[in-house]
Parts: sequence; C-alpha cells; structure tokens
Amino acid sequence: MASRELSCREVTQAFLDRIASDDEKVGCFLTIDAERALADADHAQAMLDRGEAKPLTGVPVAIKDNISTEGIETTCASKILKGYLPPYDATVIRKMRDHGMVILGKTNLDEFAMGTSTENSAFQVTRNPWDLKRSPGGSSGGSASAVAAGFAPLALGSDTGGSIRQPASLCGIVGFKPTYGRCSRYGLVAFGSSLDQIGPLARTVEDAALLSEAITGWDPMDSTSLDMPEVEFKDLKKGSLKGLRAAFPKEMFGEAVDPGVRAEIEKSITAIESAGVEVTQVSIPSIAFGVTTYYIIAPAEASSTLARFDGIRFGPRAEGKGHIGQVEKTRAEGFGHEVKARIMIGTYALSAGYYDAFYLRAQQVRALMTHEFQKVFQDFDFIISPTSPITAFELGALANDPMALKMLDYCTIPANMNGMPAISLNCGFADGLPVGLQLLAAPLQDEKLLQFAHCVEQLLPDATRRPPAP
Amino acid sequence: MSITLEEVRHVAKLARLELDESEILSLQGELNALLGHFSDIQGIDVGNIVPTSHAVSLQNVWANDAVGPVLHRDDALRNSALTKAGLFVVPQIIED
Repeated sequence: MASRELSCREVTQAFLDRIASDDEKVGCFLTIDAERALADADHAQAMLDRGEAKPLTGVPVAIKDNISTEGIETTCASKILKGYLPPYDATVIRKMRDHGMVILGKTNLDEFAMGTSTENSAFQVTRNPWDLKRSPGGSSGGSASAVAAGFAPLALGSDTGGSIRQPASLCGIVGFKPTYGRCSRYGLVAFGSSLDQIGPLARTVEDAALLSEAITGWDPMDSTSLDMPEVEFKDLKKGSLKGLRAAFPKEMFGEAVDPGVRAEIEKSITAIESAGVEVTQVSIPSIAFGVTTYYIIAPAEASSTLARFDGIRFGPRAEGKGHIGQVEKTRAEGFGHEVKARIMIGTYALSAGYYDAFYLRAQQVRALMTHEFQKVFQDFDFIISPTSPITAFELGALANDPMALKMLDYCTIPANMNGMPAISLNCGFADGLPVGLQLLAAPLQDEKLLQFAHCVEQLLPDATRRPPAP
Repeated sequence: MSITLEEVRHVAKLARLELDESEILSLQGELNALLGHFSDIQGIDVGNIVPTSHAVSLQNVWANDAVGPVLHRDDALRNSALTKAGLFVVPQIIED
C-alpha cells in the first residue's frame, strides 16, 4: 500500500472476499461490517495520500467481540448482549483508528471470555484451521483462527488466564499479553478486572510488536493503566541472545505435558542454548496452586463485574415478577451455563463465612506466587515454558469434563496473577498440530521480551508456517 | 467440604440467577468438584504474606476535578429495552 501497488480498499476487499468465501467452514467471525471496513480503508488511503501514514495504516484487523466498537454490535458471544451497539470505542480501537487501521469485524469467543475452547459461545462453533474437527483454543479462538486462516493479518484478543496465548499456541501463531496496565482496558467488557489485558495476535513477533506499539500507552479512562509510554518497537531487531539467562520451571514441565509437545519444546530449548542463552531448570512451587487460585479470584471478580447485566440499560429484558424477578429471569435466559457456573463460584467464594478461607487465602497465594517469580527474575532475564501442555483437541472431546480443561491453564495463569508480559510462538508440530513456546519476562520488560521473542523466532524453522486454505 | 442444594439455591439468590432444578443439581456437582481443588490451597504456609489484589502495584490515582467529554443521554439510553422521558424504566420497586 505504501508503494501504491495496491490501494487500501483493494487490500481490505481481498480479506473481505476471503472471509466471505471461506469463513463458513471455520466460523471465526460473529459480525462483519464490509461497508464500514471499506470506509475505514478509504480513510486510510486518504492518510497515505496526504503523506500521514503510520506503519499500520490501511492494515485490516479482526477484533474479539468483547472489545467495544462504536456502532458495531458487541456481544461477548452472549445472548445477554445480543443487539448491543456500543455508544463509544474502546481506547485500543480509538488508537487503531488514529493509526488508520481497518476494522474487518468481530470474532467469536467463549461467552464473556470464560473458557479455553471457544465452545462456550452462545452463537457458533469456531474451528481450528489446521484441522477443522479441532478447537482453536480460547477464549480468543475466533481471533486466533482468523489470523491462522489468513482472514486477517492481525487481530486483537484479551487474556485473563491465557486467552490470547493458548489459542495462539493451538493455531500456530504469535499471541502477546503485555504487562498488566500497559494497554488500556477502557471499553473491554470486564471479566476479571485485575487479570484482564488486551493484546495482539499476529503471524510474526514483528507484527505483534507493531500492533502493540499502536494500542498501548497510558489512558486516563483506565485508572489501572500505567503512566508509561507506548511499548516501543524501534529496537526490536537490535537484540542478541548471547549472554542471556533463561529459566525453565520444572513445574511447567510436569506429566500433564504431552510427549509430542515436550519433544518440540526441548528441541527449541536446545536451539536457544546453542544460540548462546544459558538455560537452567528452576523450581517455582506455587505454580502448582495457580489454577486453583485463579478459579477463586477470576470468578470472584466476574461475579461482581457481571452484576451489571440486568437487562435495564442494555441487552434483552425478560418478563418476571417485580424488579428482582425480572433481573433474575433476564440473567437466567441471557447467560450460558459456564458463565452461570463462574458467577456462582465467585459469589460463593465471596459470601459470608467463606471469604477468608477462599478469597483472602487466594490473594495470599497470589502474593506468594509474585514473590517466587520476582526471585527467579533476580537471576534470570526470561522464563521459558510450553504455552499449553497439549495441542489442539477435538471439538467436544473435553466438553463433559470442564475441570480437566481448566487444569490445562497452569502455564499461562501465572502471567495474569503477576502482571508479567508473556508471548507464545509456534515452535514446531506434534502429529501435524502446532506447539506453542511461551516466553515470560518480569513486569514492564515488554520491549526486552519482544526483542528476545524476535531472536528466538529466527531459530524456529516452523514459526511462520501456515495451514492450507480451509 | 461440600455444598448442599440449599446453599446452591441461596448463592443463586445472592447472584440474582433464576435456576431450574436440573441446573441447581448440575451446579452443585460442578461447585463440589471445584471445592475439592480449593482445599489444595488451604494447607499452604502463607505465613505473614500480605494478600494482594493487584498484578502491578499502583499509587493512588488522581484525576483533575474537571468536566471531560461525556456520553450524550440519548446515546446512553439507546440500548435499553424500555425508556421514557429520558429515563430507564424499571418495574416498581417501592410498594404503594
């Protein structure tokens, strides 16, 4: 587009055409607004023609459907928000518009981002482009499969316990969760407010870094956003692996790790060592308690943040007896089972008599975990682990065992607990399915992590391999 | 430790969720499965660790006491199922 070989409209139209012909088979998008996307493209073209282009001007992007887009339906894949047209743009969307980016449409997710398979959507199933019988992971499954399938060069997701990184891993792409607070949450429909973070899904680390630069930065509309500049991209390629020290926690390498995944991760670690990084096994015992702690804190926060869905200000309203009866009925009809279950867990954990035993204890374990990770970062620059202990699973295979599915989040949860930046890269294939390598850094070390990830990506021959067209 | 059907009904009331009997039964099972895991963290020695509710600690955040851009009333009301005279309409809460 910058060299004028293609117009912004032609590029956007090409992606819209591909979505129109193939997304029926994959099911990434809940909403496509072609007219608006083309208008965005024309706006981008005008920026280019005026000589005001930025690096991502004219680049189309897919948006997870829990991020508010003014006038474009935003449902969180829930019946309780069916028809909701946000009256404002999320800060990340406003920033992308300032860069002249094109909003292609809204992607499927587990309802309110609660899940790791995108099977909890109230509206449709999303499939993994590597094998259409399998799940793309979740909860940002629509965004991950859209990038993997070539429906969008970039996408936005949100990550509360791994919801960007795990689907990136299962779909064989890059998924980056910045440090908590680097990216404004204003306009992201909250799930667990102390854990949620928006981030990019992309084909390469460089693309993820470019989008990060566009969307991060302090925002007065989010009081938890950090008073720091945008994640900077200019030194991305100046990194070197020589002399770096990385740790791999043995607790992330337990028996839950599938042998095929283990083999690919070990191969990657060997390559990283050969490039001059000193890799050492460490122990971080609190990792073993991460999932349990998460499934107290996240539902507790969700039971509070989801209290706003009462049918009064937005969403469909059910008939019921009196005000409370109406609210109870609206929520009964609007929320799916997993959301109800998490609201119940959270309400229980916060209720009188259980608060100390569950919620307060979980917050102490969260602090313990933070201490343990801080200690590791005194001696090491980065932490390396698998992103997910397994590759993409068949749709429905784990639907009857929600606890088994939850237990698989143990590698991704610590970054949300401690706020660390974390990235998943495709490091290889096990039985034809992508395997994700997770890299973690201390909070606020986003630039260093991206630099490291870019260097590591050059060592991984499969990092940018794409699936055949669906 | 386990949760009774009565407790499930009570928590549903607190959470403002109308549940039918089959949902109450299935949620009892799911909550009990999770409670089994919750006991894992009861035995950890947390010593004097101060609980944290934040990923990255922040000082108090202050905002200038000035009017900024605000949402127009019509825009704020537009998504509601029922409005009247610039207000959200809800069933009567206070009895006659």
